[in-house]
Parts: sequence; structure tokens; C-alpha cells
Amino acid sequence: MKITINEQVHQIDVPDEMPILWALRDVLGMTGTKFGCGKSLCGACTVMMDGQPIRSCVTPVKQAENKNLTTIEAVSRQPAGRAIQAAWLDNNVPQCGYCQSGQIVSATALLNSNSRPTDDDINNAMSGNICRCGTYTRIRDAIKQAAKNLEAGHEG
Amino acid sequence: MKDNIVNISRRNFVKGFALSGFVLAVGLPGLSAAADEPQYGRNAMPHGWVDNPLVFVSIAPDGTVTIVAHRSEMGQGVRTSLPMVVADEMEADWSRVKVEQAWGDEERFGNQDTDGSRSVRHFFMPMRNVGAAMRMMLETAAAALWAVPAAEVKAQNHEVIHQPSGRRVGYGELAESAAELPVPDRDNFTYKPASEFRYIGKTGNKNIDGEAIATGTTEYGMDVRLDNMVYAVVAHPPAYGETLKSYDDTETLKVPGVIKTLTLPSSPPPAMFNPLGGVVVVAENTWAAIQGRQKLKIEWNTGPNSDYESEAFREQMKQAANQQGGKVLRSQGDAYKALDNAAATLSADYYIPHLAQAPMEPPVATAHFKGDSCDVWAPTQAPQASRDTVAKWLELKPEQVMIHVTLLGGGFGRKSKPDFLVEAALTSRALDGRPVKLVWTREDDIQHSYYHTVSFEHLEAAFDEHGKSLAWLHRTVAPSIVSTFDASTIHQQAFEFGMGVVNVPFAVPNIQLENPAAEAHTRIGWFRSVSNIPHAFAVQSFIAEMAHQQQRDHKTVLLELIGPDREIDPRTLQDEWNYGESPELYPLNTGRLRRVIEQVTDKANWGKQLPAGQGQGLAAHYSFVTYVAAVVEVAVNADGEVSIPQIDIAVDCGPQVNPERIRSQIEGACIMGVSLAMLGEISFKDGIAVQNNFDGYQVTRMDGAPAKINVHLMPSDDYDQPLGGVGEPGMPPIAPALCNAIFAATQKRIRNLPVRYQLEEA
Repeated sequence: MKITINEQVHQIDVPDEMPILWALRDVLGMTGTKFGCGKSLCGACTVMMDGQPIRSCVTPVKQAENKNLTTIEAVSRQPAGRAIQAAWLDNNVPQCGYCQSGQIVSATALLNSNSRPTDDDINNAMSGNICRCGTYTRIRDAIKQAAKNLEAGHEG
Repeated sequence: MKDNIVNISRRNFVKGFALSGFVLAVGLPGLSAAADEPQYGRNAMPHGWVDNPLVFVSIAPDGTVTIVAHRSEMGQGVRTSLPMVVADEMEADWSRVKVEQAWGDEERFGNQDTDGSRSVRHFFMPMRNVGAAMRMMLETAAAALWAVPAAEVKAQNHEVIHQPSGRRVGYGELAESAAELPVPDRDNFTYKPASEFRYIGKTGNKNIDGEAIATGTTEYGMDVRLDNMVYAVVAHPPAYGETLKSYDDTETLKVPGVIKTLTLPSSPPPAMFNPLGGVVVVAENTWAAIQGRQKLKIEWNTGPNSDYESEAFREQMKQAANQQGGKVLRSQGDAYKALDNAAATLSADYYIPHLAQAPMEPPVATAHFKGDSCDVWAPTQAPQASRDTVAKWLELKPEQVMIHVTLLGGGFGRKSKPDFLVEAALTSRALDGRPVKLVWTREDDIQHSYYHTVSFEHLEAAFDEHGKSLAWLHRTVAPSIVSTFDASTIHQQAFEFGMGVVNVPFAVPNIQLENPAAEAHTRIGWFRSVSNIPHAFAVQSFIAEMAHQQQRDHKTVLLELIGPDREIDPRTLQDEWNYGESPELYPLNTGRLRRVIEQVTDKANWGKQLPAGQGQGLAAHYSFVTYVAAVVEVAVNADGEVSIPQIDIAVDCGPQVNPERIRSQIEGACIMGVSLAMLGEISFKDGIAVQNNFDGYQVTRMDGAPAKINVHLMPSDDYDQPLGGVGEPGMPPIAPALCNAIFAATQKRIRNLPVRYQLEEA
């Protein structure tokens, strides 16, 4: 089947029900998207499908047909993604970094749909993404900073 | 036997008990200690330390300086902090520095065991030596180039300057000739004064891997890909000690992508770092392997732990904790008599369940067996133990095994145990040398951890008629980590008592510390801050209970217990471990403990008026030779739901090398502390962990995290003072401070972790 990832069309020969995660990682070699739980519980595998954040570990690849997937490797093509990444670096958010691909994709999707998220909005959008190192307070600060920067017309 | 070994370390287990049968003498360059002289700190670690600049630094003709990071990066920032020390001392420009990860080879690099909050504490000086030697070699090379006296040249920001003439030459141009020079004698090293540091102790340092992480381009163990590689998952025996009886893979082999199945051997106790055994499903991709595993029909032989049940075990521990006796750890005065004759007494029991480290990257390893050698790529905290253990299982020599250390997607102690590397190596061998990535799913991780122990802590106090403490009794019951290495172990060991049972500096006349026996029924292992978790929870909760009973201020009672400022030789507290550090260099300093308590209560405005349903809680704990005190503020709503408006935490870890990463580590420790206090629990039924993913084994998420964490680092600019640990000591005070705050808010005392639904029941 054909799937479009980061504006590039890929022809892959995998079972329809294979989760997008494993098609990305094992079949296409795109390892930026992480495996954390396999049950849509931790958010490490978050990618965007037509702009919406989804958990790729439980979403069959068949569902991505005729849709556009955006992964961590291409969030920088979106203004919100660039602002988020810049704020992440500015706040030294990551510790081990393993969950951060998913965090950044979720945060970018949040800012795409809500340019001025409140603490509650951030809780709602980000509580599906676990970070065991405990970077939550910096993630919260970085999202607010990115929102402010976007509003001021720059990306960090 | 083990009781006699001072400076027990995690690596000693492997070297001491598993592979060599004795504790290896540590060969150190330039040191000639008498054989019977006790060794401490970095000198006592297996393979000690190395400070040869030619091992750690290389300079390319274009001036790029490559610095080797020999400790594993798991979020603590060591790939930034230690190379930064080298760069600073050698006057290299950090923007022209690359960091390369060392492979597992302690003879070459010195100790690589990334645990015990030791990396910067032990390697600050060796890395300064590396930088100082390299700087001096560059200066000597420049002086030779210009034929001027060495005293006239000075290295400065990636070049050497001839001061009288102002001539300059870049490091790149000097690289070749500098490398030919002899390494200067350590006695002749000159060090930069702290006033000239560019990076050490500065706040603007960026994490070397930050940008790669933010763009998804880093390589963790999970991301390794080799040509012709296959993927594998293992069906492990459900309970520790169970073994494979028979299996049917008919349906498994029908799954598209599944290549074959094979078996791994189980090992008799002790668990060591041996694989658990089971059935491996090999496939063309991870998902097919997981699907195939689900279709296996397996029969297991039950084992000695198949009836391990947490509720029953808790009752057993409770009984033991409430009976006088067991191993006496410290006896001062007559606590029993004082308790009998006191004006008032208090007694309380505390329970802390098993925990799983659950790093976001589950265990994973990629192996390529080549007949007379084997390469393994893995996120390991213990590169040399990995090398030794894989070699043992493959019947190769350690030098025939190459451990490529990837970035770790979290470790927290789980990745100190290389069982998963062995599985990958054996699988690649069974596949006639085909490279294989062996992946643990989250279920594997949570059900087959080397768990944090389970503890029951019993405390008693006696008071005189003025409320002053007369007696302190602590009975601690918990399976020991050493049971993982010696199955007959039923008592905790010196390094476990030294985590907050014996080394409490309380100025109380009568003290009795005891350890009744407890058997282990699963693999027990290190979890960030280890036995400090239960000990600090019990001790610091109990002090708050004492204050409450005597209707006194908690802070006042805590400071009174700690007593006057003094330096205590840990040996006088029967603490023979002292985190492996010298008792002279690292005495227990009650003044430093007092100051973090005063700092944090001051910053948090201790005792401030709060609305109903809100409260502050305090706790202080000394661990990993660092002093920490925390004030947690909570709000508990009518439904019993807890939120945390803020945590203040004061830390005295001695001189600070990378303050930004210290802050991030302490923030993370606060959140992991909240997580285990509010939600953390692994419980067993029929020998099997009941929880198997993040739905059952819950951890703190954004909505449960403290809204604000204020880290207060105690100023210390004397870099000749000994360093404290950073990665772990932030954790222990959090659970008790949180539960003390919950008590202040609700008058409900939490003595059993996790808090979870206990406040809803009220």
C-alpha cells in the first residue's frame, strides 16, 4: 500500500493491521518515533495524521492510507514545530530524551489547534505523554514560551 | 562473607561474587597504597580511574576536539558534564567539541558503572587531569614550534598564544606534534583557578545531545539497525524461578513475518544477570514477533516463588517488624528500657511496595555473534558487567566481546543488569550469527524487572514529660538486593543499612536499630536512590508524627533531633559503607543538613497560612553524600484528589559542576518521588507481577505533576571540596514530605504507599 509520510509517498508491503509505529521503525527505518508501551498508554509513539496527534503503536497502517503522516523528523516544517523545538532547547527540556519525540509532536499539535493554551489545556493535551525522567514542568514552560513567541510573530 | 567487605559496590557484585570469586585489586596509575590500606571513592571502584589524555581526547587537523564520554548517558547529562570539564581545563572551545561514547572497556577507561550517583563525583578530578595534561602538551608543542620557553606561552580558548609576541596557533595545527609528546607527570599538573572556568559551575551550558533529541535523530538502543538484522521477543517464565516445560509454536509460525522460534535456558538461583529463559520468537519485524509470541502455547514448570503473594508477604513482614530481635545494627543506651519508662511513647508501621524502574525505553539489545567474537549494541548502565556476562554465556573471553554503548532511554537502575544483552547474544548465536535486535515489550519490562525491594518499617519513640526524645527504635524488614547475587541472603547488607537506617545523626540518648530476616521471592535490584526510599519515608514521616503527638512544630523537632552542628564519623554510627567514600573526607555533617532544612523552609515560607484542604510537609534526608531537604505543598479536594502547587527543595551537593543538569536531575527526582508516592506499586499474585503496563503500573503524568518546582542549590564555589552525588539524592525526601503535607491538609496519615485512593475512602 501507499502511505504519505512527511510529504513523501512510500510504497510498503506489510499486513494492513501492522501498527504505523512498526512500519515506520522496522520497515522504513524511521526511528525517531519511539516504542514505549504498545497500548496507547505512554505517547512515545505520537505522530500526526492529517494534523491530529495519534498513537502510532495502536493505529493500523491501513488507516493511514490516503492520509498525511507527520513524524518528529518533519515537525520542523511547521511554524509551531519550529517554535516548540526552539523552546525545548532554550529550556533544556530533555533528560534522557526518549519520550521527547512524542512530547514534541503532541505539543506541536496542541499549538496548531490552540495558540494560547492554559494550564488545563496543556494538562489535557499532554497527559497522554509519559516522561519518566520528570521533565513536565519544563515542558509546560516551553509550550507557553513557544506560544508566546508564535504570537509575537517569531519562532523562538 | 559479604558483611566483611567494606565499600561494597554494584560492580563488586559481579567481579566479587560471580565471575572472579574474589574482589579484584584495583590497579591505579601512580598510586602506591599499602595493600591493606582501605580504598575509598573512585580508588575503590573496579578498575578505578584513568586520566590519560590520549585515551580521552583527540584533536583533528581542523581543530575539532573529540572527547570520550566513558559513563553512560541516561538523562543525567554526563555526556555533557564530564567532557565539559575536560574542555574547560584544556581551554577548548565547547562549540568545537564533539563527544564520543566509549565502548565497554574498564581497563582502558576506568570504571564505567553508571550508578550510585558517582559519575561526576568520582571523575571530576580525573577529567580535570585529562584536560590539564592536554593543555600542557599543547603549550609544550607550541613552545617547541616557536622555539620559545614554555613559560611564555598560554593556552586560551582553542589556541596557544605566545604572550610576548602575540603569535597564535590553533589546536588543530598543534595536534600532531602535541600527541607525540610524553604525557606530563601528574605531580607537575597545573590547574585553572575556578575564577577562570568557562563552563564548570556556569549556568548557560546546553545539553550536548539536546538538538538531536528535539529533532528525533539520536540513536538509543531501540534504534540500532544492522544489515540483515532480524527482530526477536522472548516469552519469559511468568514467575521468577519457573522454567519451560513444553511449547507449541504451530500457530506462531503461521504469523506472517515470523521466521522461527528457539529456547533460552533458565538458570538456577541466584538470579545474577542471567537470562530468565523462555521461548524466543524471531521475525522480520518487532510487530510480527510480538504477534507470534501471543500465539505460543506454553506450559511452564512451577518454581519456588510461584506462590509469592504480596498481601501474605506483607503480613509476614509486619509480624517480623513488630517482634524484638533480628540482626542488631546499632544499640546505644537502652532504648527498650527507655520506652518502658517514658512519659509518652509513639509507634508506627510503614509499608512501601515493590516498584519497577520502567524507563521509557524498555530493555533492548542488538547482537551480532561472529563465532569467535560478538558485538552487542545496548543501552547499558554497566558496560563492563555487560561485557563480562555476555562473554561468560558465550564462552568467550571478555576481550572477544564488544559492547557498544548507545544512549539510554532512561535507566534508573534497571539497565545496570545486563540480562537482556545476554538474551540477544545467545539468540544471535542460535541464528548462526545473524544480527538480531531483541526487544522487551513494556509488559516484559514491568513483569520481569529487577524490582525495588518491598519494605516494612517499624518505628518507636519515647519522650520525657517535656516532649524531648529519649529513645529511637527502628526495625527495618526488606528482602536484600544481595539476594539477587547470593540466594541465601535474608538480611539487608551494610550498603542498605547505610541508606538511612544506621546513618541517622539523631541526638537521642537511646537508639536501637534492628533488621529481622526477609526472604526474596523475585529478582531484587537497584532503583534510583534504592533503600533510601523506604527508610526516608518511614523516618521522615515518623518525625512528623512525633511532632504532631507532642504538639510541636515539625521543623523544630527535626532540628532538635539532628542536634548541634558537628561532623560525625559514619563508623561511629556503625555505618561501614558511607557510599564507598572515605569517612574522613565525607563525615556526616549535621550543620549542612541543618542548613538545607533552614534554606528550604525559609524559601517555602514554612508555616504560612493556607486555606482548608491545603498543607505543607517537610522532610530532609542525607544520601549519596549529599544533603537534601524538601517542602511539598499539597491541595486535597473534596473527592480526595491531590494536587501539588509547588515543591521547594534545597540541595547541598558540594561544588557544582553543571548546575543546569543538577537542577534538571533534582526536578526529575521530585517528579519520580511524587510518582512512587502517589501511584507506584508492583504487587504479586501466584508469583507473577499483577501490573503489566502503564494502565496497571501507573506513573505520574503532566496532570499529576507539581505545578512548580523550586530548586535551591546551596552555594559552594570551592572546587577543592569533595563532591556529592546528584542523580539520586533528590528522591528520598519527596514521598515523606508529600505525605506529611497530606496530613497537614487532611489530618489523614498515610503509612502505606502508594497514596492512590486512600484519601477517597475517608
